[in-house]
Amino acid sequence: MGQLASALVTMILGVMGCAAYFYGSNFLLDKIFPTKSGAAAEVARNLRVANNIRPWLFLGPAVLLLTFYLFYPVIDSIRLSFYGRSGEDFVGLANYKWLFSSDEFYESFRNNMLWLIVVPTAATFFGLIIATMTDRIWWGNIAKSLIFMPMAISFVGASVIWKFIYDFRTGGEDQIGLLNALVVFFGGEPQTWLTIPIWNNFFLMVILIWIQTGFAMVILSAALRGIPDETIEAAVLDGANGFQIFYKIMVPQIWGTIAVVWTTITILVLKVFDIVLAMTNAQWGTQVLANQMFSWMFNGGGDFGRGAVIALVIMVLVIPIMVWNIRRANAEMEGR
Amino acid sequence: MITSSKRTPLTYLVHATVLFLVIIWTIPTAGLFISSIRDKNQLSTSGWWTALATSEQRLVARAHEPKKQVQEGNRFVIRGNLFEGSAGEITKFGSSSLRPDEFEVGTVAELNKGETLQVMENGDYAFSSPVEWKGSRGDRIFYTAEIPPRFTLENYREVLSAEGLGKSFINSLTVTIPATIIPILVAAFAAYALAWMRFPGRALLVAAVVGLLVVPLQMSLIPLLKSYNMIGEFFGVGSKTYVGIWLAHTGFGLPLAIYLLRNYIVGLPREIIESARVDGASDFDIFRKIVLPLSFPALASFAIFQFLWVWNDLLIAMVFLGNDADHMVLTGQLRELLGSRGGNWEILTASAFITIIIPLCVFFGLQRYLVRGLLAGSVK
Repeated sequence: MGQLASALVTMILGVMGCAAYFYGSNFLLDKIFPTKSGAAAEVARNLRVANNIRPWLFLGPAVLLLTFYLFYPVIDSIRLSFYGRSGEDFVGLANYKWLFSSDEFYESFRNNMLWLIVVPTAATFFGLIIATMTDRIWWGNIAKSLIFMPMAISFVGASVIWKFIYDFRTGGEDQIGLLNALVVFFGGEPQTWLTIPIWNNFFLMVILIWIQTGFAMVILSAALRGIPDETIEAAVLDGANGFQIFYKIMVPQIWGTIAVVWTTITILVLKVFDIVLAMTNAQWGTQVLANQMFSWMFNGGGDFGRGAVIALVIMVLVIPIMVWNIRRANAEMEGR
Repeated sequence: MITSSKRTPLTYLVHATVLFLVIIWTIPTAGLFISSIRDKNQLSTSGWWTALATSEQRLVARAHEPKKQVQEGNRFVIRGNLFEGSAGEITKFGSSSLRPDEFEVGTVAELNKGETLQVMENGDYAFSSPVEWKGSRGDRIFYTAEIPPRFTLENYREVLSAEGLGKSFINSLTVTIPATIIPILVAAFAAYALAWMRFPGRALLVAAVVGLLVVPLQMSLIPLLKSYNMIGEFFGVGSKTYVGIWLAHTGFGLPLAIYLLRNYIVGLPREIIESARVDGASDFDIFRKIVLPLSFPALASFAIFQFLWVWNDLLIAMVFLGNDADHMVLTGQLRELLGSRGGNWEILTASAFITIIIPLCVFFGLQRYLVRGLLAGSVK
């Protein structure tokens, strides 16, 4: 109970402190530059000054937080990649040399590429199929809701769920893992799925596909509904069959949305770390960049230089998507 | 749409395929939940899909200690029941671990030195000996029994108390609630400024926010860890505090929050805001009295996102809150259990269900807002 009470107090203080800043700073601004009374010239001047300052009061915390938590660290990571373990002695390109001669890096890079190819493709594909089909049946919304559900589950929770499915029992014991039970049922030999080289990566990817398909489905389903009926009616009149309508009329019209879904999942895949950590702890050839970075950050006291260099690789992979996003957003702003 | 009201074979195929996919997508979670309420002996010996079937189990129990013996005629007898209240049906029994199913139920088994053991179907047993029983512990009885399905909340009771999940639950709440509210406040003000106030550098800031949307967390971790250690040393308070993790989640959540909210707020009708300005309302009043209430749907969408993201986060909690038992959040605790109690599925399944129950409630309760937020964040 004591913990609950202190947690409540900390929570309230934290939230109140934040609210107090906005109220307090605006109150002060109005006090220092009063605009409600006084000489007309004075009021006009105050109003102008206050209007110049107020945006920065509103933006202040956000800009500070973004700078401290995202902007400055990106710059500092680049700097640290040229420094040694503790981040104090300059080592030039040593970290980069180490990276490109390290087998573990090639392993995690290869795995990351596999993840990048398989997960966004599979999730978008299943999402599109499910979105198309659920739009046609009366219980489609229930079906969508259930397929969307894994989105709410943490990667660690999902890892437990799937580790249970991949569970392996030795000897003649009954298999309590669903996958091995199925294999045995169809007359096969049970396997320790998570230790089979290369393939174990795919067993981990299944988890993320399971989680992300719902996301793809929701977005694509909305896009499909946005397709003008006339285009489809015209195709039907011209005698197109279901598959032709799907591939030649519907898919091309939502191409932009498919790209958005694809890139969103791609970014997520690059950052995936919890699943590998929880499922295999990067054993049996399942290492990925994000997890490798995490382990260099902490293991054996931590090596900040090497950790930073791996983080940089992830960043470089993200940059094309970032540029594309900014250009898209700019084009949209001009259109407004 | 191309919906056809006719019941064509294709329609049936669609129904069947969707049903199949829904089953595949829900079975993993269903299996977890069913397993978490099963008796732990049954859970470890049979698949969860047999939860409703009677299972045959090989078990072992200890008879009562010799001081409970009674003299019947010229023999000394120890009586008891193997099930001690729960249900079951014994088929075979034995007195040594080498031959646990030596005797059929009901038979009087002749052991050495004239001792006998009889076990009945309902679990009643009787050890009998011509001389007085000695020692402080009862003998072991091995038996094979048909145990009916047994469901229990025992697993939950155990993980909540003994495994420290109750505490982690509160820790998770302590992290999540402020880490959801603070970014909303900060982002809403910023989004309003970016949408409706004129100042130099606005376009650049918007572009920066869009750019920061995709910056991988990994880039921030090491520099921030260093900064946190420095700040902690300066104030003499350890680097791992709740305030630290709230601000970290706020910082990482802000780009999406500002982006979502700005997109929404910029779409509010210009006339409302202009006329309020003409009436002499300051930007602060306009924001508080007009924009904030009107933006409720967008605020709710982001709140759900942020809540799910913070509650489900493992990385930031591990880095900025640490792994000591006092501060462990649910995801961290669950990972720890996955390492230390890898084979104890009764513990893992119950723990996992506790960690996912809150997000699932939020998800099913507020799905509408979640979907709206997703659409605003991606399609635009």
